[in-house]
Amino acid sequence: MVKEKEIVKFKNVWAYYNHHPALQDINFSIHENDFLGIIGPNGGGKTTLLKIMLCLLKPRRGTVTVLGKNPCESRSQIGYVPQKSYFDKNFPIDVWQVTLMGLYSQTGIFRRYSREDKKKAEEALERVSMLEYKNRQIGELSGGQQKRVFIARALASDPKLLLLDEPMESVDPKVQGELYELLKELQREMAIVLVSHDVTAISIYVDEIACLNQTLVYHGTKEISDEVLEGTYQCPIHLIAHGTVPHRVLKEHE
Amino acid sequence: MFDIFGYQFMQNALLAGLLASIACGIIGAYVVSKKIVFISGGIAHASFGGIGLGYFLGISPVLGATGFGLLSAIAMGLTTRRIKLPEDTVIGILWAAGMALGAIFIGLTPGYTTDLFSYLFGNILTVPDSELLLILILDVVILGVVALLYKEFLAVSFDEEYSTVIGMPTEKIYLTMLCLIALTIVVMIRVVGIILVIALLTIPASLARQFTHDMKKMMALSVLFSVIFTFTGLMLSYWLDLASGATIIITGVVIFTLVIAIRKLISSRGLPSKKM
Repeated sequence: MVKEKEIVKFKNVWAYYNHHPALQDINFSIHENDFLGIIGPNGGGKTTLLKIMLCLLKPRRGTVTVLGKNPCESRSQIGYVPQKSYFDKNFPIDVWQVTLMGLYSQTGIFRRYSREDKKKAEEALERVSMLEYKNRQIGELSGGQQKRVFIARALASDPKLLLLDEPMESVDPKVQGELYELLKELQREMAIVLVSHDVTAISIYVDEIACLNQTLVYHGTKEISDEVLEGTYQCPIHLIAHGTVPHRVLKEHE
Repeated sequence: MFDIFGYQFMQNALLAGLLASIACGIIGAYVVSKKIVFISGGIAHASFGGIGLGYFLGISPVLGATGFGLLSAIAMGLTTRRIKLPEDTVIGILWAAGMALGAIFIGLTPGYTTDLFSYLFGNILTVPDSELLLILILDVVILGVVALLYKEFLAVSFDEEYSTVIGMPTEKIYLTMLCLIALTIVVMIRVVGIILVIALLTIPASLARQFTHDMKKMMALSVLFSVIFTFTGLMLSYWLDLASGATIIITGVVIFTLVIAIRKLISSRGLPSKKM
């Protein structure tokens, strides 16, 4: 089988946070149309990993390429969906203005959004079924709807890589299922990386799973296919997953 | 009753009030939305150092406040982010440091410092033509920068982390915003003074927010409310012989309180089932 285009590559990557190693010798690749879930405890280096891919942090050692280039050079082709909790629910901004923000890397400083930009934003909202909410204030929407808008904002610039930080946090299971359906659809056009500390956030929709706690342990797709829906899961911690979204179980690390 | 408008000082006062309202309405929308009221108060008070310096050097205190205000805006913006101390601690220190410097400069200035009180609490009835021109120029600068950086200011105010991720020079944009606040404060010195300026940066914008969730509409409404407060306050202070700056602020506070109370009353009666 011919492997698809490589989107992200980490090679012997080390990163430190306040003199403590946050990432130790990380090696992995993400290919076109991959859907990778990275799970691990808080402080396990998930945010550091994301920051490196987003050009917010440089690794101490090793090389990282995104779309064959330095992450900073491919920034405009990365869509990012931040954790929900960071914005002020009362902020005077509507769905439309939030979505347009995603086009900044293409529009640039001082320039106004062009008609083309607006068309892209409209298409992005359409894809996440939020166009009819265009003029609603962002804080008035439900958690799931807000998430959709932030996904639209990330999609507006036609990214090749979509990074989601704790996307299922404080979203109820029914809505989680809907969001996964959406991501599954988007996967046809881009690689998706989802990062979470919560094992229940990783559903059967995710193709590959990696556990991150300073070091990264990659679970291939095969290992998981014959697993049962519920049970224990051992990454660095012991957790039990329940919920209406079916979950998979991972074997212990060797 | 309206013959007072025939006086030159009254025309200048109204013009100053209008020009100041434009600046503080627009910038106030950012101050309220981005929740940087305290840092704005800090810049305003710290710019007192510039007023003192102006007296000491024998130049216009307003010019001194402009330079000092811009400097303290940048100092506050950088130190609150780069020094590992709580933001409000840093603001508190710089706030007092600027005022202390002002007091020392004024102490070093020989003779009696006239007008000092009006810089602190405003005196809109004594705006000379030259200062009107300065206010006009600053207004044009503020409007121009906001027009150029509208989408950047909106993004940085809404979500700084995301703005950084998409490649915005977030810190520079934030510092630019703080500098515009400093210029707005200079514009407002004559109207309400540096001590009361924070009220006109917050009350009109926060009242405007009650009626819209669109930033541009919020700015427009905020300018309108500011004009209403300034003109009403000015008239009241003239007829009742009260300090103009303080009367403008109290007018704003009273109208703000009434509107909030009425809206609360209407919403609790109109929708009895709705939870608080």
